[in-house]
Amino acid sequence: MIRLFWRDITLAFRSGGGFGLGLGFFLILVTLVPFGVGPDSAQLQIIAPGILWVGALLACLLSLDRMFALDYEDGSLDLLLTAPIPLEGVVAVKALAHWITTGLPLVIAAPALGFLLHLDMAAYKWLIITLLVGTPALSFIGAFGAALTVSLKRGGLLMSLLVLPLYIPTLIFGAEVVRRGAEGFLVGTPLALQAGITAGAIALLPFAAAAALRVAAR
Amino acid sequence: MSFISVTDLAVSRGGLPVLEGLTFAVKAGEILVLRGPNGAGKTTLLRTLAGLQPPFAGAVTSDPDAVAYAAHADGLKATLTVTENLSFWSGVYGGGDIAPALKHFNLEALRDRPAGNLSAGQKRRLGLARLMVTQRPIWVLDEPTVSLDKASVAIFAEAVKEHVAKGGAAIIATHIDLGFEETVFDVTPFKARHDVVRNDFDTSFDDFEDDKDGAFL
Repeated sequence: MIRLFWRDITLAFRSGGGFGLGLGFFLILVTLVPFGVGPDSAQLQIIAPGILWVGALLACLLSLDRMFALDYEDGSLDLLLTAPIPLEGVVAVKALAHWITTGLPLVIAAPALGFLLHLDMAAYKWLIITLLVGTPALSFIGAFGAALTVSLKRGGLLMSLLVLPLYIPTLIFGAEVVRRGAEGFLVGTPLALQAGITAGAIALLPFAAAAALRVAAR
Repeated sequence: MSFISVTDLAVSRGGLPVLEGLTFAVKAGEILVLRGPNGAGKTTLLRTLAGLQPPFAGAVTSDPDAVAYAAHADGLKATLTVTENLSFWSGVYGGGDIAPALKHFNLEALRDRPAGNLSAGQKRRLGLARLMVTQRPIWVLDEPTVSLDKASVAIFAEAVKEHVAKGGAAIIATHIDLGFEETVFDVTPFKARHDVVRNDFDTSFDDFEDDKDGAFL
């Protein structure tokens, strides 16, 4: 399992591996927003939590279809299915590797981009916390979507349609925590709900994704 | 005691049975070679034996953790080196030593080359070297000699012989003669018949179809 984790991380950093794809997209999106909306700092401050969260979500989505599709194409997935490690574990490990190469860089880059959008000082802490709590859910929900569409060539559109509705609660609660944090309100409820979604996704979706992969292998 | 035994097995592809009524067993030290024309269902049978898909009917009795499967695709990552690819699979299967496998398949000179830069035959050799590091007793191989030259085929045949001599077994779908003492199993007579209308739905139509069979072929 640890081997698989390091293999996925190594692959992500080698050429054509997809590390930086999500991060680059996130940077571009957030830098472009002030050009589109205008330099009015009050206006940017209002939309900043939403933009940062939508950007993180789309950046995550961008690299999802590679999670299982590459292994499916080169035959590794068949071999992993017959290997002596549980497929649920394979899914969980691959989702974790996806989070580390996609989600974690977003968490680290977000404060710098919050500065570009005049994010309220009080909100930085909550931005980092919600991204840290919320982005694992994006990777695990995404793993389920990627597993469902693994046998389709260019299944990206279908996968986006399947995954985006499931992302919405995480987005709503994440942006809500940051907005409340900026205005000095209590953030406990949305943060707890977001953490609950993440915990549920990590606990349940590897099983669903593994079932989907077994069907795809037939 | 047989490693893997199959009773009245039917296998299906896309929900349609392709082979039915298969019964055979493979014991330690045996090599079973599957033959049959393209599309006969050899791959589907091997995938069923490897546990990748459930039987359509009948039963496969084997320890699922005893089978090492090698398909048309080698499961190699183009950006990882030969050693990295092989030690990954060795790690997954519990840490067998990769040096003998590299040596046997003549890959030592290529060990630090990314797998993406290998030729088709070299990739194939690396894919087969993976079997040696799995340390599993039953090798289920689907056309293992595709894109191998004569010398590599001999290397591969030697690896299978060694494996079988050490108490392993192999089930191989292939079109060429590998020079084993093998049991040949032709799957053609077990082709599932879609032309037969079941439940005696229309006997005269059945007969007509049966008569025409020869003419179409």
